[in-house]
Amino acid sequence: MAAPSVVVVGAGQGGTETAAALRGRGFSGRITLVGAEDALPYQRPPLSKGYLTGGTPADELPLRPRSFFAAQDIELVTGTPVTAIDPDGMRISLAQGGGRRVSLRYDHLVLATGARPRVLPVPGASLAGVHTLGDQRDALALRAELRPGAHLLVVGGGFVGLELASTARLLGLEVTVVEAAARVMGRSASAALAEHLTAGHRAHGARVLTRREVVALRGDDTGRVRVAELDGGERVPADVVVMGVGVLPRTGLAADAGLPVGDGVLVDRTLRAGDPAVHAIGDCARFPSPHAGRPLRLESVQNASDQARCVAADICGAPEPYTAVPWFWTEQCGLRVQIAGSTAGHDRTVVSGDVAGGRFSVFCFAGERLVGVESVNRPADHMITRRLLAEGGAALPSAAEVSHPDFDLRKHRRARQPQ
Amino acid sequence: MPKITYRSPDGTDTVVDVASPGTVMRGAKLNNVVGIEAQCGGSAQCGTCHVYVDEANTLPLPPMHEVEDDVLYGTASPRRETSRLSCQLPVTDAMDGLVVHLPEAQS
Repeated sequence: MAAPSVVVVGAGQGGTETAAALRGRGFSGRITLVGAEDALPYQRPPLSKGYLTGGTPADELPLRPRSFFAAQDIELVTGTPVTAIDPDGMRISLAQGGGRRVSLRYDHLVLATGARPRVLPVPGASLAGVHTLGDQRDALALRAELRPGAHLLVVGGGFVGLELASTARLLGLEVTVVEAAARVMGRSASAALAEHLTAGHRAHGARVLTRREVVALRGDDTGRVRVAELDGGERVPADVVVMGVGVLPRTGLAADAGLPVGDGVLVDRTLRAGDPAVHAIGDCARFPSPHAGRPLRLESVQNASDQARCVAADICGAPEPYTAVPWFWTEQCGLRVQIAGSTAGHDRTVVSGDVAGGRFSVFCFAGERLVGVESVNRPADHMITRRLLAEGGAALPSAAEVSHPDFDLRKHRRARQPQ
Repeated sequence: MPKITYRSPDGTDTVVDVASPGTVMRGAKLNNVVGIEAQCGGSAQCGTCHVYVDEANTLPLPPMHEVEDDVLYGTASPRRETSRLSCQLPVTDAMDGLVVHLPEAQS
């Protein structure tokens, strides 16, 4: 019997790590990694940070060098969007062009198609100078416009928006962040962390407005954005606008193929997408999470790469349910912020550490159960929380323990789990 | 180019020429050394590029910064005296012949 063939659609973090993990496990069949972008697969986290300042040069973006794909016998097809999936015939169709193949057969298909930035549907959204930040091309276009002294309006106070605000201040721009919700990072951070970050951005010279919405963008007679109108009538100067208002998972291929979809490709515990030969991973997949107790779609490097390894194991005949502890990081205003666990359902927080000195952690509880920790410049708390959550509940600290002024997670762990 | 040896828990050695400037982590990623995940890409965020420097090592290594020390508190395999984050080990010509042992698990 011929060795099975794997086709991976999407050459981002998840897709690339799937191919690498398969070879790492000794998979000997054919592996084809198909990407729509005309570039070597690259890291996305620097796009809102070091890549814009020049601190991370372009040649440090690729996840692996070109020689890696040849050495690992991974066929990398770039600049080629996939146009259709035929689950019955076990084939995908490729965008045609220049004598390239038009379809590919698979024994296993992995969908790692990611997500694209959402655009706020306001008048003026298509003016020159209005950007989203999803891929390297977006970052390149934005970088050319981040000139010292210019006014940057960031629509949305989430991870990407705030990282951009921080980067733009470093580059000498005037920055306004407009967030519609009551606080920044509303979907992903506690009130305590949001407050600290907001204060950090203000101290860094950015204007941060919450409970405010952009209702229109107005341009000059060259068609370039100049001003944003907010609800209530205020006008904010805006030479450059970036919309950081969330993403939409790329699920069109899966939906057209009749696979189950609903704000993400719906997958089971082993990340199979309603078809034993098809998996979906990363930003485009909605999976059952034992940590959240409900299906989740996560936009993070951790999730993409852990799911890649989970799928590689399944394809190699060693299926295991996906149970990785979610974690995120962001760097803003010189703060190293790390979040471990699934904190969305918390109803109580205990802050431990030195808030004024900018080194503390927010312990998030749902009832009596610790569900996650947000750490600011406290990487040990972050790392230990990830381990404790992965190991199960017994050693997790209670709210009363964390509340003690001398609480130290390192000591707590040593006391509970002498090694 | 300096040669770095990555020794798996089962004793298998992978010897890699690592370009300088680079890091012990990057040398592993570029060559698909199994056992180095390096999820965060080398910014001391994740602890998934943990290695044990060979105990007999006498080659010069940079001192450990506080962040690296902190991150090593939560590695998937036990922290030891010889634990380092390979992303925090820049490769220089003076490190030719370095041997690092890969932990049983990174995540």
